[in-house]
Amino acid sequence: MSTPEKFLQMGIAIALFIALMSAILLLSSRFKNRSGERLQAAAFLLPAVLLVAFGLLYPALKTIYQSLFDSFGTNFVGTENYQTIITNPDLLVVLRNTLFWVLLTPLLATFIGLIYAVLVDGSRFEKQAKALVFLPMAISLVGATIIWKFVYAYRDNDVTLADGSNPAQIGLLNAMLDGVGLPTFQFLTSPPWNTFFLIVILIWIQAGFAMVILSASIKAIPEDIIEAARLDGVSGVKMFRHITVPSIRPALIVVLTTISIATLKVFDIVQTVGGQFDTSVLAYEFYRQFFVANNQGLATALATVIFVLVIPIIFYNVRQFRRLEAR
Amino acid sequence: MSTSTPTAAPLGDEQQLQDDADGGSGNGKPPAGPSGFAQAQRSLTGRVGSILAILIAILWTLPTAGLLITSFRPASDINSSGWWTFFTDPNVTLDNYRQVLSSGGDFNLSTYFVNSFIITIPAVIIPITLATMAAYAFAWMDFKGKSALFVAVFALQIVPIQVTLIPLQQFYVNPPGNLAPLGGNDALGGGFYAIWLSHAIFAMPLAIYLLHNFMREIPGELIESARVDGAGHVQIFTRMMLPLMAPAIAAFGIFQFLWVWNDLLVALVFSGGNQAVAPLTVPLSSLAGQRGEDYFLLSAGAFVSLIVPLIVFLSLQRYFVRGLLAGSVKG
Repeated sequence: MSTPEKFLQMGIAIALFIALMSAILLLSSRFKNRSGERLQAAAFLLPAVLLVAFGLLYPALKTIYQSLFDSFGTNFVGTENYQTIITNPDLLVVLRNTLFWVLLTPLLATFIGLIYAVLVDGSRFEKQAKALVFLPMAISLVGATIIWKFVYAYRDNDVTLADGSNPAQIGLLNAMLDGVGLPTFQFLTSPPWNTFFLIVILIWIQAGFAMVILSASIKAIPEDIIEAARLDGVSGVKMFRHITVPSIRPALIVVLTTISIATLKVFDIVQTVGGQFDTSVLAYEFYRQFFVANNQGLATALATVIFVLVIPIIFYNVRQFRRLEAR
Repeated sequence: MSTSTPTAAPLGDEQQLQDDADGGSGNGKPPAGPSGFAQAQRSLTGRVGSILAILIAILWTLPTAGLLITSFRPASDINSSGWWTFFTDPNVTLDNYRQVLSSGGDFNLSTYFVNSFIITIPAVIIPITLATMAAYAFAWMDFKGKSALFVAVFALQIVPIQVTLIPLQQFYVNPPGNLAPLGGNDALGGGFYAIWLSHAIFAMPLAIYLLHNFMREIPGELIESARVDGAGHVQIFTRMMLPLMAPAIAAFGIFQFLWVWNDLLVALVFSGGNQAVAPLTVPLSSLAGQRGEDYFLLSAGAFVSLIVPLIVFLSLQRYFVRGLLAGSVKG
């Protein structure tokens, strides 16, 4: 397909969509009485509700069902796929890595975001300082991974080039190690450490999100609470621990759960470094099992495990939401 | 950031943050002063605090700066010395960009760049239109089972995309009845339809929730008086709600734009890596995995993919932040 053809196709799709929506609105505006109201509600809701029912609810149920079948999806195997996940040594590494990711990323990103929000709060360069840390949010995980791959780049120092010299380290970290006389390190190919260096990439992206949310809620702490604490002689680290952190607790929980969910689903970083050297996580292994290893049963079981891991968070959020509605 | 998890939280001082994010473009308001909190905090944030803040800022900026400089250095320089030698031995070239963008090059990003646009624009317009309508119904229409349905949509927000991919792909390639397939090689539109539809589906729960929140902020008396004057829901929606909601719709639009533009998984699964439909992230990711040593291609390629979201982000930052806060701080 040529470029003009693609744009034409996009134009037609958008035009069709707008025409359809206008028709729905125009038709439903003709119904006036009480039962007409119900038809209008249906017209406004149905497209969205059908979409999530067909695209989220039904596939989720089907995936859980398929996880009980073998690699071709033909023979029922019960919980065999799940047993494989918790016994196969390679998949145990995947589970272990996922655990590292989910424990470290939310905690460290939130911690760094909080510290930074506190440190720059009210400073002369607050706007600029915040923008610098927030900027990685706009970068794709693929782009961020490439950026960091370059920081981690490694050259074998023992090789001698044609001119008799050794190759220079072009990665910032190894050049620094080299500069102070320490041995260089293969950051991305030495398990289990490489997983931690990949986690750094996601922390780098998510800290800005944490910072923005936490900064907003720090600024919303009522003046009188701070004033009262100050009159009591509370300041510095004590103020931070006893006044700031408790006051922004709800925002902290939001940030932690949001980053946890995002972390469980992270796929791009591992895919972009190639997924080798024991760096795989659940979300990546799911893709690899289905599209590379052609094992549908195991892939759907892995997806289901991700789902099971986020269920507690669903419950927590629905409860919070109900409490809010009741207010 | 594909998922925002809204819960109860104190109302953020949104206005102040917007002023901060505004980059001082001078919208007539005084700059944000230090909060009471900041003043009380001074003793903690002495010199050590400032040094720590500067250290974090450098750590967050240096990796990107390094890659940007690399992308303008000749390939031979990149392979023989670190990017910081640029400051003592500046050597600038556009060859790397020429190579990744030219259609004759061995790595033609311009096609993928077009694909990214083709994917992103409908994948922003379609879900936002549908979500705005649904959010209006949830906010201002009366019908049985409204609250239960809303909670159900809200809960679906956290279904991981991975759980839905395999059944969706099977559906696109082999739909029931005699419908034309949306995916695969003999697809109707080479796969764009499948990607648009998928992004629309995945955006829906969060979009409905956020827009519903914004819509509830509009005073109910306004809608009621319009009703008394004989306006129907469709009229209220198109004449009153859409103009009032424009900033919120823009906020979510930017959010969705960045998310779709930066997506890898959905595009990879539903385009199958096909050059005719795959967006920028797909070739970049595979290049980084397979030819990770070709830094002259990687650095320029990465910046080609970064430039559009960065422009969108920097110019519309304040709306973006607003959307973010509506989802995460406010109840």
